[in-house]
Amino acid sequence: MTQRPTPSTLSHLDWLEAEAIHIMREVAGQCSNPVLLFSGGKDSICMLRIAEKAFRPGKFPFPLMHIDTGHNYQEVVAFRDKRAAELGERLIVRSVEDSMKRGTVVLKHEGESRNKHQSVTLLEAIEEFGFDACIGGARRDEEKARAKERIFSFRDEFGQWDPKNQRPELWSLYNARSHKGENIRAFPISNWTEMDVWQYIEREKLELPSIYFAHTRPVVIRQGAIVPVNVPLVNGELTNLPKAGEEIIDKLVRFRTVGDISCTAPVESDADNVEKIVLETATTTITERGATRLDDQTSEASMEQRKKEGYF
Amino acid sequence: MSAHQVEDRGLLRFLTCGSVDDGKSTLIGRLLFDTKTILADTLSAIAKTSEKRGLGAVDLSLLTDGLQAEREQGITIDVAYRYFSTGTRKYIIADAPGHEQYTRNMVTAASTANLAIILIDARKGILTQTRRHSKLASLVGIPHLLVAINKMDLVDYSQEVYEKIKADYLEIAGKLGIEDVRFIPLSALNGDMIVDRGDSLNWYDGPTLLEILEETPGAHTEHTEKFRFPVQYVCRPQDSANPELHDYRGFMGRVEAGSLKVGDAVTVLPNGLSSTVKAIQIGGVDIPEAVTEQSVTILLADEIDTSRGDMIVKSSEVPAAVKQIEATVCWMSETPMDRARTYLIRHTTRDSKAKLAAIDHRLDVNTLEKVPAEKLAMNDIAQVTFKLAQPLFADPYTENRGTGAFIIIDESNNNTVGAGMIL
Repeated sequence: MTQRPTPSTLSHLDWLEAEAIHIMREVAGQCSNPVLLFSGGKDSICMLRIAEKAFRPGKFPFPLMHIDTGHNYQEVVAFRDKRAAELGERLIVRSVEDSMKRGTVVLKHEGESRNKHQSVTLLEAIEEFGFDACIGGARRDEEKARAKERIFSFRDEFGQWDPKNQRPELWSLYNARSHKGENIRAFPISNWTEMDVWQYIEREKLELPSIYFAHTRPVVIRQGAIVPVNVPLVNGELTNLPKAGEEIIDKLVRFRTVGDISCTAPVESDADNVEKIVLETATTTITERGATRLDDQTSEASMEQRKKEGYF
Repeated sequence: MSAHQVEDRGLLRFLTCGSVDDGKSTLIGRLLFDTKTILADTLSAIAKTSEKRGLGAVDLSLLTDGLQAEREQGITIDVAYRYFSTGTRKYIIADAPGHEQYTRNMVTAASTANLAIILIDARKGILTQTRRHSKLASLVGIPHLLVAINKMDLVDYSQEVYEKIKADYLEIAGKLGIEDVRFIPLSALNGDMIVDRGDSLNWYDGPTLLEILEETPGAHTEHTEKFRFPVQYVCRPQDSANPELHDYRGFMGRVEAGSLKVGDAVTVLPNGLSSTVKAIQIGGVDIPEAVTEQSVTILLADEIDTSRGDMIVKSSEVPAAVKQIEATVCWMSETPMDRARTYLIRHTTRDSKAKLAAIDHRLDVNTLEKVPAEKLAMNDIAQVTFKLAQPLFADPYTENRGTGAFIIIDESNNNTVGAGMIL
């Protein structure tokens, strides 16, 4: 008998990483002016490691950009700036508050979550810099409207996602062609799950903002959800003030996802290192967004709606 | 690596074909549920929906229910991707709708799969769509087929029914040229033979569905393949402060097939110049060898002008440069193919303008007959000949999916309008 070939099979993390590197390089090879969205959250931290593996010893062929709602956790904003500086890559920050000043974002009331308004600021930034592609860290397992998202997702001039009019995507042949004004959103970690992200963070020993780990903070229990209160903003001002009659308690919590303060809630946890978080993720009974995203619960199709309006 | 991780058998991509009537969504829901992928809040959400729709029990098929538009129409119209893991292996399910008008979706879902599960309703046996799904799966080169005979609970778990369907299928498999096919009796509704064996199919002594998935070989593991490395991007960090990088010239890409070691003799296409591999890197760090599907950077001993769209191969395994290709094509656009038009073909990282030279025949996906055709409409599958403006470095699709596949782009609107497999 002739000897069977024994090709080394990549581990699942190596395979996912290789796929993500390939996707980033396709964006760099096909698009003339891409940008990588970096929020300081865990998924985009993985994306930066992937970009290093894809392009070092060269510089990244795209700048980093964060759409800041002005309601982000101090720890995450500080981490964002530190990480970009360590990598020596250019970081662009565009702020929802500037869009509010321009009058392009109008809040229904002062306390309305600014999360969905990021779409407006993002589209303004795309126009300002002439970006033809945005690389984002969205994953298909996050939410059911994302399960059918392409890896290269086409958006029209208004940033709209039309789920019925997406390009067929076969093999690993990606079509990032667009006309001026149109835009491609590329998602290199589409095929990763929350577990894969944590395992990758563990394997690559990636540093994270401290609020991903168990810490004690003042919270109230509002409609069954743990809501952080009296959260200091970057300028020191406190946000998420408790409502009258709410009892503030100190709880040991960590964040599973990090975003706008008004719509991300922590979970009770004593996991204070990555290994414990991997174990906790393996045994949790609640989905990532179910536990922690107050904005996805409004209606069954709310993510789909936001995406149609230009959200990531 | 953490202590709780035992063995990593990599990743398997598979496809489920069938319609809602065959219990496809229930099967996927069951796999996700029994591998504990479904978390409590998702389950309570679908329980609520089941109740709202007046259903008696929790409908696991709702787990795979997609977009608002689809929910309104009560059908699936697009490929969805689902994930689960057994701790030893990660799985990506491509969930494709089964209707005839969705041939293009099935082809899309099949393009990345290494195994296809063909669902048959035990009460109905082999249908036209069974033949269609099997043919498409084999056409798109899925090496492993698993015929799952579902709804065994509705035929009293009868071994006779199972054996009859199996015999019928083997007959058509021969005609379709399908070599590797396995069979399993199931009840997705009750969870028999999915992850757990259940008590009702004791006459079946084969492996469960999950056991079959666990042992199915991964992509690129069964044959020796020729090394193929389409260049995606060239890294030349000359402006760096580091003088060592002055002459750095890294060719970046993903190994489509085969493997490469430092010191190997390689040829760069299309210029045909040869050199040896000076280094292989990931992120600027040296590794001794690159294997299939790995994304790496290759440095050559000699300075060879190379850019995106070129291909690095081993000098002993140079593929042919072709300016005319015969291929099986699936047309995917609502606008029929226009024979007078020029299209763009994207093959690996290389583009070429292309014109249709001939339609040899169209395949009727229901009767599997070859019929003459003058034009191609959406969901048509046909054997065609293209003339190319630029040469492509191609292998037959059956030898190498990565260098045998291409997509067709309409340059007027940039849409992907077709997919092709080189014969």
